[in-house]
Amino acid sequence: MDDFLAEVKWDKLIEATQESIYMTTISVLATFILGMILGLLLFLTNKGSLWQNRPVNFVIAAFVNIFRSIPFIILIVLLIPFTKALVGSMLGANAALPALIIGAAPFYARMVEIALREIDKGVIEAAQSMGANHFQIIFKVLIPESLPALISGLTVTAISLVSFTAMAGVIGAGGLGHFAYLEGFQRNRPMVTLVATIAILILVFIIQLIGDYFTKRTDKR
Amino acid sequence: MITIKNVTKTYAAKQGAVKAVDNVNIDINDGEIFGVIGYSGAGKSTLIRMLNGLEIPTDGSIKVAGREISHIKGANLRKARQEISMIFQHFNLLWSRTVIDNIAFPLEIAGVPKKKRMQRVKELISLVGLDGRENAYPSQLSGGQKQRVGIARALANNPKVLLCDEATSALDPQTTDSILELLVDINKRLGLTIVLITHEMHVIRKICHRVAVMEGGNIVETGPVLQVFKNPKQQITKKFVQQVTEPEETKDTIEHLLSGYPNGQVIQLTFVGDGAEQPLITNLIRQFPLTVNILQGKISQTQNGSYGTLFIHLDGEEKDIQKALEYISSQEVGVEVISNG
Repeated sequence: MDDFLAEVKWDKLIEATQESIYMTTISVLATFILGMILGLLLFLTNKGSLWQNRPVNFVIAAFVNIFRSIPFIILIVLLIPFTKALVGSMLGANAALPALIIGAAPFYARMVEIALREIDKGVIEAAQSMGANHFQIIFKVLIPESLPALISGLTVTAISLVSFTAMAGVIGAGGLGHFAYLEGFQRNRPMVTLVATIAILILVFIIQLIGDYFTKRTDKR
Repeated sequence: MITIKNVTKTYAAKQGAVKAVDNVNIDINDGEIFGVIGYSGAGKSTLIRMLNGLEIPTDGSIKVAGREISHIKGANLRKARQEISMIFQHFNLLWSRTVIDNIAFPLEIAGVPKKKRMQRVKELISLVGLDGRENAYPSQLSGGQKQRVGIARALANNPKVLLCDEATSALDPQTTDSILELLVDINKRLGLTIVLITHEMHVIRKICHRVAVMEGGNIVETGPVLQVFKNPKQQITKKFVQQVTEPEETKDTIEHLLSGYPNGQVIQLTFVGDGAEQPLITNLIRQFPLTVNILQGKISQTQNGSYGTLFIHLDGEEKDIQKALEYISSQEVGVEVISNG
């Protein structure tokens, strides 16, 4: 066992974990913001909603559906020119970010839309009857009333982002996926792959725990 | 306070245009509790929602507190809505907020500073009798308590008009009564004009000054509650009045009685206002050589007086019965002979 573990380069593992955490954190934050905007727009421009607008709704829905349907590994490849123009390189953690965000934001946008649809229409109407403007309805009714669903949706999205980072790692973005592939698989050291997997699992469990905690705390229903 | 003039609301449906509200005219006075009663689909919900601009009339005009609600938009409409509050059948509270924060919500919308907000919320909580529940979430409240929060929230910005959209329909009878009492109390204390819609005549009887009966988008009958009770003209109104004046089993009971009293006559007396408080039966027995048998009776209280029905059985000489009936009629009591034994 010790022999096997000796194969693992711990400093490299820690570095890879840090890269994974970095990619996940930044992409979760960006996905949250972009997904919220897209999700809110999807909801608000829908039929019967505050900003009912069929063309805008159609365009956003098309964008969301297309990017949600492309397999992530293909999306990375498709976005190479875009990423090169934006980041200047295809290597390193930052180069993974555009694909991660563009891959996850539409997914989260749909979850945001579903969460918003769950809100009782009567509550929105009550706010309108009190003279609330649209800004107040969004920030005082829509977001607070759907918060538990928004958080649990973000948890699910964050966990898929962890696996996305691992995939991005294989084509050179760094992180635990890269580590497992290069140090473990290619050098035929299964123990390294196993340790990297455990590190990813721990990361996922921590995200799930944090997500569950906040979902529960915000849910007063 | 409220003027509804030639208001029509048409919806486009697959089968063509549907008239939800058809040429309705109502004037509601300052400080009045005005009820609109009708079955579901009568258009009453659409009507009340036009009073705060949640629906826009297809035709006609609606004036509330001096503002032409049917024609204003944007910031003006939002400002006007702060003076026209609404409470709902399903309360529509924000579950993510405590009682305090729910009541503070309309104050936040109106831009009241925090200190003033909390002071006002405190007043409102004791006004609606929610002391001790300030920090509860709606999920921890009973239906009646939720509606109290709804009422407190509606009163926060000192509105001139309170609209009640089936406000008691989701509550049990006892809670309904306590909420209705609260509404009457608020109406008297604050001089608030209240418009309510319901399908329960009980609610109209208990708190309304005037009532309009709605059917198929039209107002088919309107007037002071007692008068409508006394003299319902339309078939639908009679049905609604029966909801409160006659227990459901009355018809069966009367039929049973008719077979039980083959002689004499079974008579239905209708008392309205002061008539309900006279010792009519005593006078009847003293003045006529008749046997009087009380079969069934009920007295209901309305905001402008009491209303009651009494079924009695009279037995004796035919001419004495006739005289007795004349006497009863002279006492401003409605008489209806149910059977001729």
